Amino acid sequence: MKQSFFTVKSNEALTENVFRMVLQGDTSAITRPGQFINILIDGLYLRRPISVCDKSEDTVTIIYKSVGAGTAKMSAMKPGVRLDVLTGLGNGYDLSVSGDRPLLIGGGVGVPPLYMLAKELISQGKKVCVILGFNTSAEVFYEDEFRALGTDVAVTTVDGSKGTKGFVTAALPDDYTSFYTCGPEPMLKAVYSACNTDGQFSFEERMGCGFGACMGCSCKTVTGYKRICKDGPVLRKEEILWQA
Amino acid sequence: MASIKTTLCGIELDNPVIPASGTFGFGYEFAELYDINILGTFSFKGTTKDPRFGNPTPRIAECTAGMINSVGLQNPGVDKVISAELPELRKVFGKKVMANVSGFSVDDYAYTCEKLDACDEVGWLEVNVSCPNVHGGGMSFGTSPEAAAQVTKAVKAVTKKPVIIKLSPNVTDIAAIASACEQAGADGISLINTLLGMRINLNFKKPVIYNKMGGFSGPAVFPVAVRMVYQVFEAVSIPVVGLGGISCAEDVIEMMLAGACAVEVGTANLIDPFACKKIIEALPAAMDKYGIKNLEDIIGGAHNG
Repeated sequence: MKQSFFTVKSNEALTENVFRMVLQGDTSAITRPGQFINILIDGLYLRRPISVCDKSEDTVTIIYKSVGAGTAKMSAMKPGVRLDVLTGLGNGYDLSVSGDRPLLIGGGVGVPPLYMLAKELISQGKKVCVILGFNTSAEVFYEDEFRALGTDVAVTTVDGSKGTKGFVTAALPDDYTSFYTCGPEPMLKAVYSACNTDGQFSFEERMGCGFGACMGCSCKTVTGYKRICKDGPVLRKEEILWQA
Repeated sequence: MASIKTTLCGIELDNPVIPASGTFGFGYEFAELYDINILGTFSFKGTTKDPRFGNPTPRIAECTAGMINSVGLQNPGVDKVISAELPELRKVFGKKVMANVSGFSVDDYAYTCEKLDACDEVGWLEVNVSCPNVHGGGMSFGTSPEAAAQVTKAVKAVTKKPVIIKLSPNVTDIAAIASACEQAGADGISLINTLLGMRINLNFKKPVIYNKMGGFSGPAVFPVAVRMVYQVFEAVSIPVVGLGGISCAEDVIEMMLAGACAVEVGTANLIDPFACKKIIEALPAAMDKYGIKNLEDIIGGAHNG
């Protein structure tokens, strides 16, 4: 983990309420896809944890949905704004167990962390399949960006206005060696039931600190209590205990 | 040269800054960020007789200038704390640590304190009679002078280490409870623990936190903490540790003027993991600004006569 200042380089709408922000600063603490950063926002007490969509040596890209006071303030930020950010948080996805044909399944704003994951898997010579699930065609983002990486992309929408009608599980390919997923919990549960290979799930929880100190985001797993922020957010399929 | 040294129950501290229990784990997350030996000491994660997962999530709610938590004393239990956590702690922290203890019966408190009494790393036992998060538990001890005294006596009977009773602010007469603890043999008082609070989600029209209520902390509670430390300082003659919303060197000075001989910094650590380091480094300049040469000289300085 590192605490440093970042400058907003760009901040633009991808859909009606989903935004992409590029931040410039020291990204050396970000070591794996699936990690997140925690942003201090002027006037709000708790930091906002946002998953990393992509990074370069001196930029980090995040994609977030404006859903509350924090993300609403973020969506109004102009280039040049300076932000206090904790980087390199969370364990991230383990790429070493992907096999040759990994499947990436994202729902809504669970899609962004899969972008950096896809990029790294492709660079390792893996054949990557991606399923991007949204409610409607108006909510779809990053389809072209994933295609440009050279992944095989399937889009699903709940209302059928784009791609396959239904949930992400309606577009599962026949053959894949492992899967990686991030999205709302009902989607994660459906993926858990539908996919038979090894898999890794990225979870979300209300956090206090984001770096393992407060125990605000603990969950029970097969291998004991885990903090979503520090021991997660990625859990392996075999560790997960779904809460009623 | 300004002196930032202070003394807590007979043990000298390099400075008065002590990360508060529940915001600093057992130290090693923070030791990755800076040398935690610069701290006065720290109060480790609240420890109970048996392992506890704590409350269901969500456990956290944001507030204006603060937050509510309902972690519910998640900890591995005293045996595991001693066998697994303290050896790790010792690798990164060479000073005496403050052991924070909670319980659900007088016997629980005595059991846990007796075990921790045997640990060389432990300099003080901080007994939490105030955690508002646990149903039918800690709350009742801290809200009655008799019950708080009963816990104090039971703990004093099993340890030679200084016993600091950590009080709840959710009471009508904080001075009476502090006095009862002093009369029962307490070596010090720390206060305040969190204030009982609640937030309601407007979309779902339900409390944000699973357990509905939780402990409110952060800069917003600082004036309440200063007032209570001031009151307790007048009521007792044992050392008082002040905590509640401290987030800068000026807050440390204010709390010491109210009567604290040392301070704990809690929620600030969760927002800025370097908060305690920054406060310690800022103390000499802040003292200089207010003409303070020796920090110990200002303890209780705001009281008349």
